[in-house]
Amino acid sequence: MSVKLMQGNEAIALGAIAAGCRFYAGYPITPSSEVAEVMARELPKVGGKFIQMEDEIASMAAIIGARVGGLKSMTATSGPGFSLMQENLGYAVMAEIPCVVVNVQRLGPSTGQPTAASQGDVMQARWGTHGDHPIIALSPISVSQAFDLTVKAFNLSEKYRTPVILLTDEIIGHMREPIELPDFTTVEKYEHVVTEPPETYKPYSNRTDVPPMAAFGRGYRYHITGLFHDEVGFPTQRLDEVEPWLERVNSKLERNPDDILLYQADYQPGARVAILSYGATARTARHAVKQMRARGEKVNLFTAYTLWPFPEKAVEALADSVERIIVPEMNLGQLALEVERVAGRRKVTRVNRANGEMVTPDMILAAMER
Amino acid sequence: MDKRTEIRLAGEGGQGMILAGIILAEAAAIYDGKQATQTQSYGPEARGGASRSEVVISDGEIDHPEVLEADVVVALSQEAYKKFAGSVRPGGLLIVDEERVTLDPEVEAVRLPISRLAKETTGKSITANTVALGALVGLTGVVSRQAIEKAVLARAPKGTEEMNRRALEAGFQAVQKLRVA
Amino acid sequence: MAEHILEAHSLTRQEAQIPREDWFEASETLQHLRKNKKFPTIWCSGCGLGVIMGALIRAIDHLGLQRDQVALVAGIGCTARMPVYLDFNTLHTTHGRALAFATGLKIARPDMKVIAIMGDGDALAIGGNHFIHAARRNIGITALVVNNAIYGMTGGQYSPTTPVGMRATTAPYGNVEPPFPICDLAIAAGASYVARSTAFHALELDKYLSEAISNDGFSLVEAVSYCHTTYGRINKLGTAAEMMRGLRDNSISKTAFDKLSPEEQQANTKIVRGVLHRKKRPEYTAIYDLIVQQQTHQEEIRLRNTGRH
Repeated sequence: MSVKLMQGNEAIALGAIAAGCRFYAGYPITPSSEVAEVMARELPKVGGKFIQMEDEIASMAAIIGARVGGLKSMTATSGPGFSLMQENLGYAVMAEIPCVVVNVQRLGPSTGQPTAASQGDVMQARWGTHGDHPIIALSPISVSQAFDLTVKAFNLSEKYRTPVILLTDEIIGHMREPIELPDFTTVEKYEHVVTEPPETYKPYSNRTDVPPMAAFGRGYRYHITGLFHDEVGFPTQRLDEVEPWLERVNSKLERNPDDILLYQADYQPGARVAILSYGATARTARHAVKQMRARGEKVNLFTAYTLWPFPEKAVEALADSVERIIVPEMNLGQLALEVERVAGRRKVTRVNRANGEMVTPDMILAAMER
Repeated sequence: MDKRTEIRLAGEGGQGMILAGIILAEAAAIYDGKQATQTQSYGPEARGGASRSEVVISDGEIDHPEVLEADVVVALSQEAYKKFAGSVRPGGLLIVDEERVTLDPEVEAVRLPISRLAKETTGKSITANTVALGALVGLTGVVSRQAIEKAVLARAPKGTEEMNRRALEAGFQAVQKLRVA
Repeated sequence: MAEHILEAHSLTRQEAQIPREDWFEASETLQHLRKNKKFPTIWCSGCGLGVIMGALIRAIDHLGLQRDQVALVAGIGCTARMPVYLDFNTLHTTHGRALAFATGLKIARPDMKVIAIMGDGDALAIGGNHFIHAARRNIGITALVVNNAIYGMTGGQYSPTTPVGMRATTAPYGNVEPPFPICDLAIAAGASYVARSTAFHALELDKYLSEAISNDGFSLVEAVSYCHTTYGRINKLGTAAEMMRGLRDNSISKTAFDKLSPEEQQANTKIVRGVLHRKKRPEYTAIYDLIVQQQTHQEEIRLRNTGRH
């Protein structure tokens, strides 16, 4: 292993390849394009395939199609493209097709500021596609973690047959930091194994949280649809077939919190205030906390790496430990809504910046005085 | 908290200041074994406009990755000077290309003929960023001389290694002279 | 039963005498229907889609393809429901996106025969962008576009192929938009095989579909059909049988069309049936595979040279 200086976007691309991603479809958009450029260069070297599609709708469709054909797949985009992907992101949820969608957040709404940082798509990642649905969103705080969480995103996506959103931001995506890359052959990869013979295989069996997925062209000829479907995959409107599906799919993530919910809780006995943050802003929060602790002030620090599903229990515990939670974000208050929801009567102080610039340590320190 | 050094390198788009930042961060992280982050901001246009590269170097973990109060600002154009000269912390260091920057009366700065040195030494004004790195490291010692040299050579396109070595050396020499003077 | 019909259905005279309820077991072509799928179809009785589905089955059967080797990808609409009834790898996607999903699938499995089944609104309105780009890439996908000039499933709104002046629920005073000539569009965009026939000319469709599926590149077969339930009713065009007859009377073979004088060709308003375009062009996945082979080879050498292998 050797140290390299690398952008977050490059680390994401390499993390994908390490995780076994062998198909990438995308459409150029700042500040995510480096992911596509690295994938275009690296994928053919490992026998993988890259295609630049006509738009983000098609990109999202193509990665689902490729995964149906048996290749682990990914796309990367930013706000405007992420909006276009919502349609087929919902399809991947409904048809339970694993795939990874990287959103390098930039300032919105609309075209906004392409080169400016933001965390404005947190709620879109949760609810961007229509209808009630489960979703996983992970948010790295460093270049090195961008690699690790991309690997994690692939494995969770496969294990739970769900799209996983790697919700990063322009700061992490474009920042260069030292990273030590592991030997890719040693990286853990989740693979589906179908043991049922084709005659009895049920791609959407409700007898288990996540039925194994068979790829097309391997003897399992089944139907995949975005309509509500029965256990075999055929469209249905029968309540006795729809309801077990709803129950299984909407609780498959909740039932596996230890696997999915990633966070770091750094408690100091006697602290009365906690800071909860994620993504690039978590770096600022750490900076502020170190300054406070150096002055002898006690403060708890909570860093969320999994944003969705929201780590409710851990945040409840955090709320129990202090009187107040400060939530800095590069938006007008999005994850703060979730913190407020689970924090009970604890005071939640929002620290917001939505002009393309990072929250500063001083802004967090000032919130301590509020 | 570990001492962090914050450096802002600014110039016109196309002057290679972003690359200079990357090289400086590589010198620190790869060759000196320190921690470093490099960030940048640029307008949407590929060339022209003011572009800046920020490097934070520390012996320990770097949290907030951007410059908060610059210890050093290098400005290679009048626009970059106007925009960023004020971001140097009190007691910090401002380095300007005296060929291209007219200082305001009250501003203190190390004035070096960076672009002229580049032209004289290598015949190519695009090596000004390397000259600037030599001057910056010569003045601050933020990374070791060996580290910056290795980092510059590792990034130099094939066949331009010697040219870049001379450009870096010219930067070192220029500040050496300053010290003597 | 006439010999040519028996032949078209891969039936022997003996098989044709098998009671209808046992056909499923006896017929080679009907074997391609899904046994575990509850029939009948969602299509209105008299719809041309059943005939077109039959043509598709016969084309695949004629080529002797393994069912595992065939994937049917569809978007949304009446036509897009076709795959669910067929015993292949079937992917029913979102409206307009069949070709984009099919592109990913084809790249993942270049060895499979990928057939995208779309209606006119699906392929040319919401999916128009994907349509021209799939054709431009000449990716080895067969697009079967069933053109009935209307949105049937949503109740009869005008589509990008509705002729000017015809009525629809969203064109109560007559359609004012000129229609897309589907085949011309595909040819201009780069498709390497383009053919057109109608639901009446089922045997022609068989032939064109098997040629399209065999073509190494992007193929389009436009199957002109009708919707008696919406379009026919609004425009007072009669029953399904009368509309089917209309396809016979208002179409002309390309051979006959080619014999017309330039003035007559100019004045022709009939549907021209035939293979309209054939052009050998490199197929997308084959070209990309060369890059993969070259790069994996170079990577091998690099790893060997750096001792990391």
